[in-house]
This record gives sequence, structure tokens and C-alpha cells, in this order.
Amino acid sequence: MTRDEIFSKIQEVLVDALAVDEEDVTATARLTTDLGAESIDFLDIVFKLEQTFGFKIAQGELFPENVKQDPEFVKEGKVTPKGIATLRARLPHADFSKFEADPQIAKVAEVFTVDALVTFVERKLAAK
Amino acid sequence: MRWMWIDRVVELVPKQRLVAVKHVSLAEEHLHDHFPASRGRAPLPVMPTSLIVEGCAQTAGILVGHAEDFREKVILAKIGKFEISRDALPGHTLRYTATIRQMDKVGASTVGTIELIEHTATGSTATTIGSIDLMFSHLDNNMSGHEFPEHNFVFGESFRTLLSSSGISGNW
Repeated sequence: MTRDEIFSKIQEVLVDALAVDEEDVTATARLTTDLGAESIDFLDIVFKLEQTFGFKIAQGELFPENVKQDPEFVKEGKVTPKGIATLRARLPHADFSKFEADPQIAKVAEVFTVDALVTFVERKLAAK
Repeated sequence: MRWMWIDRVVELVPKQRLVAVKHVSLAEEHLHDHFPASRGRAPLPVMPTSLIVEGCAQTAGILVGHAEDFREKVILAKIGKFEISRDALPGHTLRYTATIRQMDKVGASTVGTIELIEHTATGSTATTIGSIDLMFSHLDNNMSGHEFPEHNFVFGESFRTLLSSSGISGNW
């Protein structure tokens, strides 16, 4: 499956899960800030990607978990360098370079763009 | 007594499907307000659609809760889709069928159908009048990281009574 084909299927998933217009689902659109995703929507997206692409997504594989609760990873509302390194290792599909400049935990979800989802699916399909 | 919007569970296939019924009765006070007579219009008692959604959510919620022996706090988190094409009136029975589509530690997605059963002198007929997609969160594993009280405030006495009066037993 080409990257464009993956993008097109992800567009359908997000239109369905987030009730947004197709034209709003651009490669750079952020799931939370631009498309209005809330925490339960992340689970909905995980389920819909599993159904659409026929693979299983483990908890924490696509979106982070246990980061906020770990004092080694978050101090005074900011993700520590160790936390960022861990996120990078766990979530290689997401680009943390902009986030690193202002690593407020409240903004961590902004790294999840439509493009990050496409990369995630591309990697999963390649590993199949 | 918690507000229960199903009367009986009539089928349970653990981790797969649950079927429940709700009898719509003129004795239910809310039907007198939904909708009362107004100038130029006779009373129109109709089962409120929002309570049909609640009934569907209770049906699917019990199915999801039962899958983990009611250890999880199962909360309705999202109505993905809801369609209904007819009103339910006093004397009708609503039959809700919920099926688990996907489930993991964080929550579950379910699909459901709503049937309207009309009773006549010679029997009854069932017609599918709606469908619903629901998402449930397992509160203690929620992705936002919020913490909640330890005791299971979701599945209280009312749910246990409903299950036992429906002939469903278990170690919960």
C-alpha cells in the first residue's frame, strides 16, 4: 500500500471518528488542536485503524501512556530530557523536534499529526 | 434506585452479545410530560429518544462490564452514531441488542440495534427501527490519566438486582 493510499484510508477513519470534514484532515493537521480529538477519541482511532488495516495495536504503541504519572519523565509540568528520549524511543512515528523547544506536558498530544499516523501505519504494514 | 432504562436482560453471550427489553408504559410519569397537551394539540406520549440512548448504553455497558466480572468502572464515553426512525409509544416494547466490536484494557466499542415490538390481539411483530455505535472507557485505565475512587460506583445495587431478576448470576 502506498503512502497516499494509507493517507486516504486514515482520512476516512478520522472523518468518521472525529466528525470532521475531509478537507480538514491534512497531513500536518494535529489530532487535538486542529481536529478536536479528546482522550476517548484516541481509543476510537486505535480501534478503527485496527479494523481498517487488519493489525493489532498494543496499548501505548501509537499514543503514549504512563508518561504523566512518572516523576522521572515530567517535572513541573514539563517533560524532562529523559522523558523526551523515552517518548522518542517508544513512539518513533512522531516528530518531537518542535515539542522539544517547549516541552509542556499539556502540549504533548500536539505531536500526533495525521502524518504521524500515516508513518505509524506504514511501519506497521512493513513489519507485517 | 438508580435510573434503570431496561427492564430485563433476555440473552447474554459473555464477551459477545447482550439483549435487553424495555416495556414502555403509560404509568411512567415522564410520558405525561413528553409531550403534554398544548393549545390545539392532544397529548402525545412518546418514549424520549434520549432515554432510548440511555437504555442502549445500559445494555452495552452491562455487556462490557460483565466481560471483566464488573471489576472495571465502565463509563459511556462517546456516541459514535445513533439513528432511529420511529417513535416508541405506551404498550410497545423496545428490544436492545448490543455486540462488542472491539475491547481492550482501556475500553470497548460496541454496536447496537433497536427493535420496536408491537403487541396485537393475535401476537406481536418486531421491526428494527434504529442502530447505535457506542464507546466505553474503563475509567481506571483512561488515557487522560485521571484517577477515580476505588469502589465501583458504576455497577451498584440496581444493576445487580437487574441481573439477578433476569436470572444471571456470577461472582460479583
